Amino acid sequence: MASPSKPSLMQRVEALPIIIVFVLLILLFMYTAPAFRTPTMYITYLSFLPPLILLGVGLTFVIGAGEIDLCFPSIIAFSGFLFAVLFKEYNLGWIAVIVSLAGGILVGFVNGVLIAKVGIPSFIATLGTQFFWAGAAAVMSGGRSYALRGAEESSVWKVIVGRPFAGTDLPHWVQQLPMQSLWTIVIVVFLWFILNRHRFGEHVLFIGDSNDVSRVVGINVDREKIKLFTLMGLLSAIAAIMLTLENKNFYGNQGQGYLLLAIAAVLIGGTSIFGGRATIVGTVFGAIIITLIEPGLVATGMTGSWVLTIRGLVFLGAIIFYLWMDEPQRRAAFYARVLGARNTGRESPAGETPPVQSIEGGEAHQ
Amino acid sequence: MTAAALATDRTAPQGKSIVRLEHVQKYFGAVQALSDINLAIGTNEIVGLIGDNGAGKSTLIKVITGVIRPEYGKLFIRDKQVNLTDYSVRAAHDLSIETVYQDKSLADKQPLWRNFFVGRQITNRFGFIDMKREKELANQILINEIGFRGVGITVDSTVSNLSGGERQGIAIGRAMHYNADLIILDEPTAALGVAEVRKVIDFVKRIKESGRACIYIEHNLAHVHEVADRLLVLDRGAIVSEIKPRDMSVAELTEYLINLQHKH
Repeated sequence: MASPSKPSLMQRVEALPIIIVFVLLILLFMYTAPAFRTPTMYITYLSFLPPLILLGVGLTFVIGAGEIDLCFPSIIAFSGFLFAVLFKEYNLGWIAVIVSLAGGILVGFVNGVLIAKVGIPSFIATLGTQFFWAGAAAVMSGGRSYALRGAEESSVWKVIVGRPFAGTDLPHWVQQLPMQSLWTIVIVVFLWFILNRHRFGEHVLFIGDSNDVSRVVGINVDREKIKLFTLMGLLSAIAAIMLTLENKNFYGNQGQGYLLLAIAAVLIGGTSIFGGRATIVGTVFGAIIITLIEPGLVATGMTGSWVLTIRGLVFLGAIIFYLWMDEPQRRAAFYARVLGARNTGRESPAGETPPVQSIEGGEAHQ
Repeated sequence: MTAAALATDRTAPQGKSIVRLEHVQKYFGAVQALSDINLAIGTNEIVGLIGDNGAGKSTLIKVITGVIRPEYGKLFIRDKQVNLTDYSVRAAHDLSIETVYQDKSLADKQPLWRNFFVGRQITNRFGFIDMKREKELANQILINEIGFRGVGITVDSTVSNLSGGERQGIAIGRAMHYNADLIILDEPTAALGVAEVRKVIDFVKRIKESGRACIYIEHNLAHVHEVADRLLVLDRGAIVSEIKPRDMSVAELTEYLINLQHKH
């Protein structure tokens, strides 16, 4: 079996299918809702998309390595608490930022150790630590929320979530451009290079492909997994600081809504749930799509109740699409099963032969 | 034959050895997987390793390649003793020992060029991969060393698009490229068709022609009989005999192994 020597357009442009879906969706909403024809609408989203994108990009690494992290909403709570309390109660400014980041790194590192060294499957390990750190944050904060009134005067606020062009002669929408979107672009571009051009990214993809192969080619699988979850912890902490500063408020469950959205963004983007294949461009567009569905539908005049339904459809549609695009043997097995079942039903019981052959063919590839 | 006699028998014919094991023992819990293994592999010979499932063949090569650590014994590479506590897959690579596993050598969803260099990427000092150079080199290996010319396989092809024989060719080619002095093959022909097996056997012969050594684990006696200079028979964690293929036909060898099983 030979592959075509010239790569197709699909292979050359990363995450092309999801970009096409994004463009179509925007065009659709522009047609149905006038608000989508002004730049102000999009700028608003630049202030609260960054946390989801950062979490999604971190998860792209984690899922690309064949693992999962359920703990990050609690890291947002824990790191957010550390930041809020040090920033507000102790006026520590940048030290609050550093401690908060260190907290995220520590939680991520502990996750990594539990998974790589203790050997707990990541789903279980991060489920447990998710409860633990959410609880720890609740105990420490006593369930209080922290309002950061007057935070916008601080250099921390200005540098992380400020509006650098506000008060200039530039167009209104440029004045509203938030710092966190610029930071996010820098981080995402950097992490794209890490995933696609750096040794660590290659190791992540090989680990996702097969732990056994990775070991025999000399990858230190345990160490790379610890790095992986530590990275996720760091990104969650950055997201927590951005969220807390942007809302000028910390409350204990501010991260909870991100769990399923971030996972959905990664999978809609085209990263394989089985690991070994990951796309950061896809995740970014996945995050944008999953966020835009809500204002799009509402602005179109549909009720908010439709949002989840449509998200679910987009999600399932995307997953099925990728399965069929990337795993031809699954496609073949599916066809065979459907056709085979029909044959058995109508004529001969011997019609079961084709599905059996195809399924075997599929397994041989795995 | 006594154990001591066997040990002397098994030293390499040329006197110099690429790898030598002395009194190596490996336990998994209470189970002794390897008991007092003594063997030496010459610098340019193909040694077949045969024996029933669970005889310890895979454990033995994992010790040599640094995947697992034995409890007792000494390992010498090029007649220099290796410190087993520091020994790892990477250390084995650095000592020019390469392994080709039945189905664990290549990552399915990754392109060939990444598979060639993973674990020892060409990077700048910040760890970023020189993709252009890796692809160029991978292309040279593919065309010149492995001989995949005009079969529609490029360095960007993913491994899942290759046939079983092509995969083994890539894995063996990769090992040869890294100037491995010792290439270890762990059942490279399992699950392959007849024509594909032929290709792999040819690759194995090339290893010897290029002046390297090879340990060849194989359950198919005809395959290993064809290429090996000598055969070591493993049984329940111990080397029980050494056979020269010219002294025994495939049929006699089969008979011998069956009798060995009946002794239990």
